[in-house]
Amino acid sequence: MAESGRGLLRALALVLLPIFLVGGILTYEGLLDPVAGLAGLLALTLIFALQAWRYLRGIEDLRRLVEALAEGDAQPYGSHRSHPVLRELGSAIARLDRTHRERERALTMLVEAGDTVFDSVPDPLIVLDGESRILSANRAARESFREPLPDRHVSTVLRQPALLKAVFSALHEDVLRTVEITLSDPVERVLSITALPLPAQPGAGKILLACHDVTAERRSEQMRGDFVANASHELRTPLASLLGFIETLRGPAREDEEARDRFLGIMHGEAQRMSRLVSDLLSLSRIELREHEVPSGSVEVVPLVESVAQAFELQAARRSIKILLDPAPGLPAVVGDADELKQLLHNLVENALKYGREGGTVTVCAVLPGRLPASYPRAEGGAVAIAVRDQGDGIAREHLPRLTERFYRVDPGRSKSVGGTGLGLAIVKHIVNRHRGALTIESEPGDGSVFTVYLPADRASAEPGPAETLPRAG
Amino acid sequence: MATEHIVRSYDEELQRLETMLIRMGGLVEAQLGDALSALGRRDTVLAEAVIGNDQAIDELHFDIDEFVVRMLALRQPMANDLRAIVAALRIAGDLERIGDYAANISKRTIALSHSQIIKPLAGVVRMGKVAQQILKEVLDAISRRDADTAKIAWGRDSEVDEMYTSVFRELLTYMMEDPRNITPCTHLLFMAKNIERIGDHATNIAETVYYMVTGEAMRERRPKRDTTSFTDPDELNRPGERGGA
Repeated sequence: MAESGRGLLRALALVLLPIFLVGGILTYEGLLDPVAGLAGLLALTLIFALQAWRYLRGIEDLRRLVEALAEGDAQPYGSHRSHPVLRELGSAIARLDRTHRERERALTMLVEAGDTVFDSVPDPLIVLDGESRILSANRAARESFREPLPDRHVSTVLRQPALLKAVFSALHEDVLRTVEITLSDPVERVLSITALPLPAQPGAGKILLACHDVTAERRSEQMRGDFVANASHELRTPLASLLGFIETLRGPAREDEEARDRFLGIMHGEAQRMSRLVSDLLSLSRIELREHEVPSGSVEVVPLVESVAQAFELQAARRSIKILLDPAPGLPAVVGDADELKQLLHNLVENALKYGREGGTVTVCAVLPGRLPASYPRAEGGAVAIAVRDQGDGIAREHLPRLTERFYRVDPGRSKSVGGTGLGLAIVKHIVNRHRGALTIESEPGDGSVFTVYLPADRASAEPGPAETLPRAG
Repeated sequence: MATEHIVRSYDEELQRLETMLIRMGGLVEAQLGDALSALGRRDTVLAEAVIGNDQAIDELHFDIDEFVVRMLALRQPMANDLRAIVAALRIAGDLERIGDYAANISKRTIALSHSQIIKPLAGVVRMGKVAQQILKEVLDAISRRDADTAKIAWGRDSEVDEMYTSVFRELLTYMMEDPRNITPCTHLLFMAKNIERIGDHATNIAETVYYMVTGEAMRERRPKRDTTSFTDPDELNRPGERGGA
């Protein structure tokens, strides 16, 4: 109020000073009666001061009103003691404020709805600014890239030259472009990404990167080719031998009963080999097709190990091999697909029985590993290691990194004699990849081999136990 | 993509250097990926493209070189910044070499396209995939400034070396089996060597990243598992100790 008081005095002085001056001159010249003049001037001053006071108060009220509105007061300070014109002005301002507020609410709702839509699109979406920095990313993008995205330059996340070129075209040439890029994290994924310019203020370009996962399509295309190539190549040999025997049976050995029995036995073996090969190829394709989808189930380790060991009781007894189970107590469950993990363990134990020493033992142990191998993809939550150890002849060092290659055989003759398809460990490797785990093979010739599978622990069931070291080969 | 804007501040210059380096890394990574798929599919068109793209990497390498020299001269960087700048120079050099090896693999892919398909090709491609994985991890480590990732990638080079030893022996066996295999196997042998070198350069980059982030040199000795220099051809004729899966 002190401010408006000073203002009132200034206004009074400004308006009344010339009047007093004119009155003074008139009185001095004798044109005005001094007493009447003085009285008139005093009356004038009084009237003017009152009027000015009313206006100033009205303006002060308006100021408070605007201030209250600016601070977001919904029930602003009422102005009822001021001039009607100012009062009308006040209510006009309040009305204007109300419409603005409503519009703002509508816009906020629109933005929120937009954000919800943005977040619920199943495909990853990323918005970049004019400097190719990431402004925002929707939920699918956050889940897909599994690392903090906002504020980073796009090239620190996706450095594929084709994509950077598309971003550049969208930003500087206003051209929409779609590129296909391959990510390996660590299983290959193929994303089709469209970079399209978004409406923005001039000079501040904005780009939307709309990603679509086309891994499944690309994989099934490639898989079909691989399957045909592998199948035709590997099936040719047993098929040729079958045809050969059939020809012999129809021709020279037609009446030879002894040869017929022997040939039929061999033919049966070859046909079984073909059937095993086909079923292994089929399961390999099935796993490869889904390799980019991480399984989400939870599998208890001990029942899994026990069920696989039970299934092999007969086969183990035939070679008088003992299967020893040694799971650490209190193991957490692992994240995985129960059927695939069963197949994984099945293949490892089957190998151990096939190549292990007759009359020896095959040990299956499961622990919380103290150290993870370098090939284990970084993931929080720890891992469970399942190791299968045999007491066979062992494998020479130079073969170890190649064992999981499909149809790689250290000793083709021996593999054939024990009924191997050359795919068992390839299947294991792909299952491990799909689970984002790791496989290590340790072996010393003469000392047996240890195949260890590291699988991500299920955090929900995890209770930290003491870390243990795995047994080494031998 | 040459955006020639006027660089205003020191920070912007450092940022620009990093962006250039990552762009170069992306180019090299794509070149290696393309070279390997060209080899796997015996796709000579893609192989030609890889050879043609090598120029872009060389140009970018030259740009980074010049940029670094200018920054060193004008800004006289200290401590962290100096490390980042020197590291960029070293990394660019290693990346350029990797790019050359990728182009070299593609040249041999074209030479190989006339001979019959031989089996060890799959082993070479697989070995390349491991090197590619390591390169990817190392480049991720650059953009995240993550010394741990760099160290893990560094340790994985022994995987490439071991595969190299295995592929080397396999190729020798094929050559001894049939003299007609010698030409294609020699090409594959050189490709395998190129990939082994790519692994070594990726390891160098990992060491540089570790130095850039922590300020300390990696003291441990590099795990070396390439034992081809000791391979005795007579030994190759002995049968394997054990059947595969």
